[in-house]
Amino acid sequence: MEFLAYFGDVFTPINFGLLLIGTIGGLILGATPGLSPTMAVALLIPFTFRLEPAQGLILLGAAYTSTVAGGAVSAILLKIPGAPANIATTLDGHTMAQKGQGARALQLSFLASAVGGVFGVLLLIFLTPVLAQWALAFGPSHLFWLAILGVTVIGSLDSSSVVKGLLSGCIGLWLATIGFDDIMGAQRFIFHSSVSGGINVIPALIGLFAIPQVITMFAKGRKSLDAEVLTVERHPIKDAFREVFSRTRALTIGTLSGSIIGLIPGVGGQIAGLVAYDQSKKMSSESEKFGTGHSEGVIAAESANNAMVGPSLVPLLTLSIPGSPTAAVLLGGLLIHGIFPGSDLFDNYPDVAWTFINSMLVGQILMCIFGLYVAGLAAKVAQVPNAVMAAVVLGLAVFGSYSVQNSMGDVYVMMALGTGMYFLERFGFSAAPLVLGLILGPIAEANFIQGSMIANATSSVGQYFFTGALNLTLITIVVASIAYSAWMELRSRRYTTKDDAIEKEEALS
Amino acid sequence: MTDLPRTQHIIASGLVAAVGITVAYVSYTQEPAAAFLFPRLISTVFVVLALWTFGKAVLGHTKVGNGLDRRSMMNILPGLIVALIFVYWAAKQLGFYTASTATFFILLSLYDPASHNEVKSWIKRVIITAGFLAVMYGLFAKLLNVFTPREIFF
Repeated sequence: MEFLAYFGDVFTPINFGLLLIGTIGGLILGATPGLSPTMAVALLIPFTFRLEPAQGLILLGAAYTSTVAGGAVSAILLKIPGAPANIATTLDGHTMAQKGQGARALQLSFLASAVGGVFGVLLLIFLTPVLAQWALAFGPSHLFWLAILGVTVIGSLDSSSVVKGLLSGCIGLWLATIGFDDIMGAQRFIFHSSVSGGINVIPALIGLFAIPQVITMFAKGRKSLDAEVLTVERHPIKDAFREVFSRTRALTIGTLSGSIIGLIPGVGGQIAGLVAYDQSKKMSSESEKFGTGHSEGVIAAESANNAMVGPSLVPLLTLSIPGSPTAAVLLGGLLIHGIFPGSDLFDNYPDVAWTFINSMLVGQILMCIFGLYVAGLAAKVAQVPNAVMAAVVLGLAVFGSYSVQNSMGDVYVMMALGTGMYFLERFGFSAAPLVLGLILGPIAEANFIQGSMIANATSSVGQYFFTGALNLTLITIVVASIAYSAWMELRSRRYTTKDDAIEKEEALS
Repeated sequence: MTDLPRTQHIIASGLVAAVGITVAYVSYTQEPAAAFLFPRLISTVFVVLALWTFGKAVLGHTKVGNGLDRRSMMNILPGLIVALIFVYWAAKQLGFYTASTATFFILLSLYDPASHNEVKSWIKRVIITAGFLAVMYGLFAKLLNVFTPREIFF
């Protein structure tokens, strides 16, 4: 119950103010189609440089939580999911809005999001300290395999092609080796002065997530958003409360499936929403009503995509392995303050860790309260033309990258990586494993070198890296995730992936 | 799969394979060898996967990725050129605020669906651009105290 000791820290004027800004801003950003939670958090990182670590994390955590929930606003009122995580919400939410039940759909969506989100954060609160202590038993070989696991799991599960997902991971791992070698001081792959100090993670993240989105907006040309914002009629919040808690089956399925999916690195919110929707439909006594504006569809989808948020941070905060692209961006936010997640975070910076986690708990409640009030404004913002959004995001990306180290080199790297990523994505490559490779590369290399030195002094490299229960378990998971994804791909009955979700989103919009 | 995406897939995977082979070549030929131990490990996997992807593209077995159609390319081209000029030349030479204002206005003019023949829509674009400049200046110059290159004007 250590988290209770730091609960009051969330309510200091600055911390609470940042939580409010992050929540309200996140709701508005989340409602904007094309601004994914990962991209929103990446663009916000430069604004956290001057803040204390806990304050920066509060802002980023609040933005993460509320962008996921905010995406429901445009899904319900415009039939355009704010993020792939909200695709399942569109199926019933928009139909409800068309029937004049937009307010009810929004209320159910935010209440279900808050229930799922609170459960997810509680899971984060109770799982992280236990796993963080367990992580102390990890040696260099285990940490090496964990880093490889982070890249391969996301590479194989998050992409539509296993080979291209793993190849993206390899590109990320290679990018991480650019610069000076830590041990020998040797120059590696320095083909331009901009990368002489290596590739800075923050500009790289901004480029990889923001620039492809800017170019995607360019690709749409001079197209206006034809979607009409449906008007919202008043609906008593008491009734929505009653309805959410009377639909316990959908709420439980959404919350549990979202939490479990969140714990699996690389799977993510878009899949959580779709799985929860599908399972609720199968188990419901009113399954024929799904897709016709049924409240269970909205409750299941929204509770799932917010329940996923807390657990998706468990691997990051305990093992330093970001389980999702957004967690990778949050890791970047921690690293700029010199804080490394894992047991070190809970032992040396418990105030930072617990204030951040507690703020996410409070943020869920604030997100629910403000969500209902800013939904109308958020829907208006969602109609901002692509041209404006593209230019704003480009400007923020350039200024944000420059402000990391006041270096034009970072801006050049950001733009080059982002432009390259857009074209790679068009050919089936994925940004998530590349980002994970870039972030986990130094961890993998440092532990590989350290492990090799230990192995040379004690046993052989093969014996050190390939024996022991923990090594073998991690290797088995690496192999199993690749084998499972390859098998599913061969059978063409692959599990719903991010690409599928994006395709569905594009089809809907 | 039509011929255009197949050719595009061959070019894209060929470029990735070329990068992979270059990385592997540098990793295995540069000294000191100890500094390139990890790059050698990953570049080997990189080359194998890249050649696999290239082989599939050549044989026309690529199933993932739709490539780029001509219309999308034509839509992207002007915006991308403006963005690249902004980042790689104008931001440094003209100063961040001047360059980003010009870029913002040009992008808005290129991609805004509003008519180019109406004075009202041009006034709107100028007002939005001015608003953007004010927000960026307030955020980065005043709030975050980021000292960006300010060559001409400010």
